[in-house]
Amino acid sequence: MSFSSWPKWLMLTALAIGILVPVLVGLGETIWAAFGILPALGRHTFSFSAWQQLFELPGLVTSLRLSLVSGFGATLVSLILALFGSAWVYNTSVKESFLSKVKPFVQAILVPILAAPHAAIAIGLAFLLAPSGWLARLFSPWLTAWELPPNLATVQDLWGLSLMLGLIIKELPFLWLVSLVALKQIDVSRQLTLAQSMGYSHTVAWCKIIVPQLYPLIRLPVFVVLVYALSTVDMAQMLGPNNPPTLALATMRWYNDTNVQLLLPASAASILLGILIAASVLLWEVAVRTAILTSKVMIRSGDRTGKYSIFTGVLTTALPITVILGLLSLLVLALWSITWRWSFPNALPTSWSYHYWLQLITHVPLALQHSLIVALMSSGLALTLAVAWLEVQDRFGGHLYKLTLWFIYLPLLVPQIAFLYGLKVGFLRLGLNGSMMTVMWAHLLFVFPYTMLSLVDSWRALDKRYLQVAASLGRSSWHCFWHIKISLLLRPLLLAWAIGIAVSISQYLPTLMIGAGRVESLTVEAVSLASGADRRLVGVYGLLQALVPLLAYSFALLLPRLVALKK
Amino acid sequence: MTLHVNSTLPKRLGVILSLLAAGLLSSLGYSATASTAVTTTDVSSAGQWQQTLEQAAGETVYWHAWGGDGRTNDFITWVGDQTEALYDVKVKHVKLSSTAEAVTQVIAEKAAGENTNGAVDMIWINGPNFLAMKQQELLHGPFVNQLPNSKYLDLSTNSAASVDFTEAVAGLEVPWRLARFVFLVDSKRVKQVPLSMAQMLIWAQENPGRLTHPVISNFMGTTFLKQALIELTPDPSVLQQPATEQSFALATAPLWRWYDAIKPHLWRAGKSFPENEAIQQQMLSDGEVDIAMAFDPAAAAAGIASGLLPTSARVFVPSQGTLGNISFVAIPYNASHTAGSKVVANFLLQPETQAHMQNIDVLGSFSVLDPNKLDAQQAQVFAALPSSEALPTLVDLGPTLLEPHASWTTKLKQHWSQRYSQ
Repeated sequence: MSFSSWPKWLMLTALAIGILVPVLVGLGETIWAAFGILPALGRHTFSFSAWQQLFELPGLVTSLRLSLVSGFGATLVSLILALFGSAWVYNTSVKESFLSKVKPFVQAILVPILAAPHAAIAIGLAFLLAPSGWLARLFSPWLTAWELPPNLATVQDLWGLSLMLGLIIKELPFLWLVSLVALKQIDVSRQLTLAQSMGYSHTVAWCKIIVPQLYPLIRLPVFVVLVYALSTVDMAQMLGPNNPPTLALATMRWYNDTNVQLLLPASAASILLGILIAASVLLWEVAVRTAILTSKVMIRSGDRTGKYSIFTGVLTTALPITVILGLLSLLVLALWSITWRWSFPNALPTSWSYHYWLQLITHVPLALQHSLIVALMSSGLALTLAVAWLEVQDRFGGHLYKLTLWFIYLPLLVPQIAFLYGLKVGFLRLGLNGSMMTVMWAHLLFVFPYTMLSLVDSWRALDKRYLQVAASLGRSSWHCFWHIKISLLLRPLLLAWAIGIAVSISQYLPTLMIGAGRVESLTVEAVSLASGADRRLVGVYGLLQALVPLLAYSFALLLPRLVALKK
Repeated sequence: MTLHVNSTLPKRLGVILSLLAAGLLSSLGYSATASTAVTTTDVSSAGQWQQTLEQAAGETVYWHAWGGDGRTNDFITWVGDQTEALYDVKVKHVKLSSTAEAVTQVIAEKAAGENTNGAVDMIWINGPNFLAMKQQELLHGPFVNQLPNSKYLDLSTNSAASVDFTEAVAGLEVPWRLARFVFLVDSKRVKQVPLSMAQMLIWAQENPGRLTHPVISNFMGTTFLKQALIELTPDPSVLQQPATEQSFALATAPLWRWYDAIKPHLWRAGKSFPENEAIQQQMLSDGEVDIAMAFDPAAAAAGIASGLLPTSARVFVPSQGTLGNISFVAIPYNASHTAGSKVVANFLLQPETQAHMQNIDVLGSFSVLDPNKLDAQQAQVFAALPSSEALPTLVDLGPTLLEPHASWTTKLKQHWSQRYSQ
């Protein structure tokens, strides 16, 4: 360890204390409990009985299958749609149509879906698609002759398809926007023009030239989607089958069971879920690499037109439908928020009320204020940490780089409920509990990895020649940092910050458990109300929850334009 | 934002002392409450209560309670406003999506050795959660007899207020709200309601896809099974004893035959279920099913009042009666504001509070007080409450069936998922 590399060691220590230690402490308790040791319940002896109990639970295999199918399915489909959508944005040869007029507003259209909480989209979509839902109401009874809703499994189907659809609707805007931001670093238009001048069709050129450059830039966000899809509880609750449910929801149920002894198999289940998630990420990576190897032949074949027409036809239909379903889900929630009663088969509410919006005035100010403070602090701190870490890595080299990344991502790989219990015990031992600072720290554990994930690939992809040129002109490394890195990476930096805000706002369990009920937040209010399933309240709170991230995302997308205009 | 803004050293000492005293009391008191009736309030209590009031002044009680019902939330806010005005005790409602979250909180605190400054002051609790906390010795008390208003309760052995799911309350929790299992229908759609669980099968066969129950991991789902079990089992008294493999197999055989027969006629052919009773009631409102369930006789009237159910929603109960239990509040062993919690619990038992709660415009939950212990003036307040077409009287509700021993619930859940979860 040379003296000059002290910033690196400082960063490592900060990360270790701030992120790694809490996570390991949290995990520790869970691992102990999974192996039979939970002194608070009078369990002191090491045993495998929790695992035995877990594997004997009926429906475990189905739960695993459901998680895998909806997780991989949703990730794959939303990725393909996002790549296709990005291609469409860059396709200048499309003939004038309504859709092409929408093009300049794509980001503005996607941002509301991105900003809305998962649970809100799920509840909206469930109401849209249910046999008694809005779509059925619009066409009943005059077309369908349904006086009562039919007994059809259009949501919560046994294969988890509606869950998958909900995940796709929510994750497509994320991957699409991340792709659009990443594409700013690739000289897309020139490469496409060149390829097209050589006779490649737009679609073929996109698949063969742009996608191989784009995917490495959005690889980690894709992992985020995969991990989220495998571990979601709130979407699974609204849209997934429930006898048995996905592994994540099943784990949550065991944790919340009135039989506290189930905490032990629940801990084993959350370790299993963690293993499943890690294995899935690896499997995905292996599959992608295999795909890259095999597709090299295709890329080099020189085929310029490709037989993609059916494929693009399907995608051209699927893409707008997905986005429209997302927007309709939000619209229908907005409608519910001003509804008093709305019964089947009326196409619109039968009586209206602004009661719940009025109620907010007395209920929300403190919760909103707490949520904002925690979100601003944790996202700001996370962004600072992320930039500092990346810059230190750039300057001092990083042989620990990959290993550290895994530790940073650890909180995302383990189901929250599992490691929060241990974290809570840890914080309590330190006498830290129930304060805003502690809640912020707990949020940081999740906000930081998301910030890193959305930033790291773009940071790494920055063309180093800019820096070399600047350095050769005698500019200091601080000058390079501020005037080249930060200004060139303004877009991804702001997007990472906005994602941080959104992640912090949406944290339910960390706020409730680590805050010990002392720190109110919008999401704690919203989630406890959502367990009562009053769509009107969910409408009001869902929209309110979406508002803060919406502002952050709009800021992140608009500011670079303003800066560019100024220049 | 620190934990205990106004905790001073003497107060802490007081809490510790009262905890020690409570520990002594509990070791002496368990056996006593189990065998003999405790009907009188402690004589020395007037002075003691004054002390509690003094200690409580200025405290903020963190009441952890399920937050999924807007009307209950409003009631808790009202309670806080009252106790603040009357006793200088504030109430903060910590809104949970599941009571287990508060139990886990206390377990985590115990694990961390936080034995005095717990974050949970009071929990809305009953049944299995109470049993778990009692067994793990996570509760403060016995303290019910310290509350002056406990004189309005019938605390004789085996009275509804002293047994919680067959488990002796032992002074560890205070009743505040009566719960009765009821079915809900839209009287516009359903003219003939099934009046027994056996009839329910015939009804389901005639109306395929129009009946369902919440998932069995949800307490309302298990309540539905328990109601059927009590009606179908040859000897219901067995259910008051802990379940053994043998007694369980014998007692539940008719239940499984019944369930096998009814399952294919349930909504989605019994392959999918609503997540909880609130979602099931929403399905009733949407017209997806014709019958819903609630643990609140006022559910139909309250649902109509809040626009969640059609005005034609009504409550019905099987003629043999339905399961009933009581919502309690308990104080964790390590609560920071024990005195304040007692003041709030005592306020909940005030006849005026109970009457306010029973008002259909507020909650519509039946009072837990013993009508025979109220004076004429107090009784008059209850008699003068507004009524609603959708609100049944106590007579309409018929007899209350006792909750089976908690071990039956656990076993029912296990066996149900072994049979019907793949």
